[in-house]
Amino acid sequence: MDVTLRVWRQDGPGRPGAFEEYPAADISSHASFLEMLDIVNDRLTLTDREPIAFEHDCREGICGACGLMINGQPHGPQLGTATCQLHMRKFRDGDLITIEPWRASGFPILKDLIVDRSAFDRIVEAGGYVTVDTGSAPDANLVPVAQESAEAAMDAAACIGCGACVAACPNSAAQLFTAAKLAHLNLLPQGQPERFIRVEAMVDTMEAFFGSCTNHAECEEACPKRISIDFIALLNRDYIKAKWRNGRLAAQH
Amino acid sequence: MQLDAKIPAGPLADKWDAHRFSTPLVAPSNRRKFEVIVIGTGLAGAGAAATMGELGYRVKTFTYHDSNRRAHSIAAQGGINASKNYRNDGDSDYRLFYDTIKGGDYRSREANVYRLAQVSGEIIDQATAQGVPFGREYGGMLANRSFGGAQVSRTFYARGQTGQQLLLGAYQALARQIKAGTVTAYNRCEMLDIVVAEGRAVGVVVRDMLTGEISSHSAHAVVLATGGYSNAYFLSTNAKACNGTAIWRAHRKGALFANPCFTQIHPTCIPQADEFQSKLTLMSESLRNDGRIWIPADFDETRPPADVPEDQRDYFLERRYPAFGNLVPRDVASRAAKKEVDAGKGAGPMKNGVYLDFAEAIGRLGRDTIETRYGNLFEMYERITDENPYEVPMRIYPAPHYTMGGLWVDYDLMTSVPGLYTIGEANFSDHGANRLGASALMQGLADGYFILPNTIAAYLSDSLGTDPMSTDETPFKQAEADVTDRTERLLGANGSRTVDWFHRELGKIVWEHCGMARSAEGLTKAISEIPALKEEFFADVKIMGEGDSLNQTLEKAGRVADHFDLAELMCRDALHREESCGGHFRVEHVTDDGEAKRNDEEFTFVSAWGFEGDGAEPSLTKEMLEFENVELTTRSYK
Repeated sequence: MDVTLRVWRQDGPGRPGAFEEYPAADISSHASFLEMLDIVNDRLTLTDREPIAFEHDCREGICGACGLMINGQPHGPQLGTATCQLHMRKFRDGDLITIEPWRASGFPILKDLIVDRSAFDRIVEAGGYVTVDTGSAPDANLVPVAQESAEAAMDAAACIGCGACVAACPNSAAQLFTAAKLAHLNLLPQGQPERFIRVEAMVDTMEAFFGSCTNHAECEEACPKRISIDFIALLNRDYIKAKWRNGRLAAQH
Repeated sequence: MQLDAKIPAGPLADKWDAHRFSTPLVAPSNRRKFEVIVIGTGLAGAGAAATMGELGYRVKTFTYHDSNRRAHSIAAQGGINASKNYRNDGDSDYRLFYDTIKGGDYRSREANVYRLAQVSGEIIDQATAQGVPFGREYGGMLANRSFGGAQVSRTFYARGQTGQQLLLGAYQALARQIKAGTVTAYNRCEMLDIVVAEGRAVGVVVRDMLTGEISSHSAHAVVLATGGYSNAYFLSTNAKACNGTAIWRAHRKGALFANPCFTQIHPTCIPQADEFQSKLTLMSESLRNDGRIWIPADFDETRPPADVPEDQRDYFLERRYPAFGNLVPRDVASRAAKKEVDAGKGAGPMKNGVYLDFAEAIGRLGRDTIETRYGNLFEMYERITDENPYEVPMRIYPAPHYTMGGLWVDYDLMTSVPGLYTIGEANFSDHGANRLGASALMQGLADGYFILPNTIAAYLSDSLGTDPMSTDETPFKQAEADVTDRTERLLGANGSRTVDWFHRELGKIVWEHCGMARSAEGLTKAISEIPALKEEFFADVKIMGEGDSLNQTLEKAGRVADHFDLAELMCRDALHREESCGGHFRVEHVTDDGEAKRNDEEFTFVSAWGFEGDGAEPSLTKEMLEFENVELTTRSYK
């Protein structure tokens, strides 16, 4: 198949960028989207043009490195699918495909389609863990975990940290990412002791980088792991509770 | 050169305890005086860095990823073994040890493997406490599944994303230490050389991938946790950036490379569909719990698989290995599939796969149960192939997946260069000639959480009161200059072919001659072809862009450049090892019924290769393997 790419090119952080058009001719419909980009990049190189910089690694939809805004949709048109698992058979011969980086103030562009997502690490560092030094754990079966809790925690823990939720949000909010990490730990017995410290620290850190959630639910639609916005409700509930618990909310009003 | 693996004396089960007692310690108040560099933040690296941070050491981590959460450990699907015996089905440390030694075809060290089994249970405890959402029974207890090469159910899992969940556990533990200030994380920073001075590892040279800046970091000890080298094959299940540069650079600086030819070709991957394909995707071994592997009995079968009657199907694993059936170890399953496909009985349009069929399991257990167990894998399969595995059997074929070989390490996980440690897949220590399923996660975390943070104290305690060497000293400046030269050489070639073209060509040679079946003739050919291709690469590679900014092609080129040398060593090792064992199958050494034929009399040793200079033949040192507890028998899964 033959398609035309309209790709955002930008030399570096803070530099001006612009769309450029490249033909992608003679592409197999069995090629993955990134394999199509590999082919285009090889062709660019051989005609003395710098290849398009894009992030990717496992190409199995699990590492979360890839993430392209394709025709205005994070990760492209296939529901619940990361860019690396999207295949060209989802496009039609002759299509014009627009490819952009994630656009969010919390994710500054580094080059072409690559953005800086380190704010996600800062959110996790703020409290997205259980404080348990290596060696201090009791026997794994000492604390029974209801299967339903483990499954719900796993639903949230499936987050790959790609940032599609932020890119999809009109406010560039990171509620779904943060809620997924919080719910993963807060739904398990092991996460209870730090539950309220965790939610406060993570949400406050999140707000230093990202916008606010106004319930558009675009994030759920864009999430390649189909993580539910119900977890955001859990985040909000725990956050309110944490504020009351700490007595600070009362003091602020 | 004499190799001393420093295996503690005494009975097998007491060695680790005795060793920990006799190892010098570093007192809590002294630990902050020591700096340790960890390269790579997968299960082993993140686990080690977090644990050493908790202990109070000052740790620096380096990864080429933007975040520590993205290392390729994340892609492990099926599970992690531990000898908990929660199922009451006869498991024990000794059985896990025995299965691993046997599964590795008697080419690993007894003492290391027993220690691995001993700490396996603690890993599950630790991960559970971190909040890893392992699969559970209704009563709230941990669930298990079975994996190849074992007749007990000892594999713990988190759906088909066990690696992801364990890595997130380690990543979160590491994040906690970063916040606490014990660990400083350098992301998007690739290690390009090891610095060795006066025979000791004193630091590393790294390239900042955003600015291109080359800089040095010194420490009291350096730990490599950089994974395997399956990408020497180009097409593998590894992530695109996985590479052998760190271990190869260490090898060039004196670290011996052990058993490079022991590579694992995983039986259940999606077959290659086209020439442009960039990687192969694994379908978890856990699928073999319920899926049945078969091929049409008739060479010219053209009917859709569902229409082929039972009596015209060949369930070749169940037929050849009735005791283990579809759950034979990976090397055995891969070779059996290759045999059928080579004979022209392959399934699919390119006749390059075998069927993995769930029809019987869906009939017996219902679609819902199968969906709960493997839903995400089935979805992944459908996304890639456009075929629905609930209705049409999967097609699978073996693909390079894991490398048992790696840097030689002693019982303390220290390489032959004092102060340089290697953990996880990057070392050679525990899996012999073949790794059992669900054992990579176990080994990575055993090394990272429980072994290295203990054993490294012995070396560190020796240098109490000394500072790491200044990065202004000559060895650092020299290494920086070497790195800069290499970068400039790559950028300066300005040839006519792309990095991927060369990588693909290399992969074809290695797969053809050092893949599932190897011969003296083929290996000799590869040993002459690889250096020629490498020469062409340096003369004719084309890399656009500069060295002083983000340049993904340059990064890739540096990795491919080292893969040439590593691939050549793989072939040399394979040529030297005149036997078939585990993943190393020499066509000259087979039994009458076509099984691998080991040569215990001449090859019960670890091949540890030394670097003797560019273009020079490597030197071979042998570490003889002593089996005091296990009797070497012909591996039989019949």
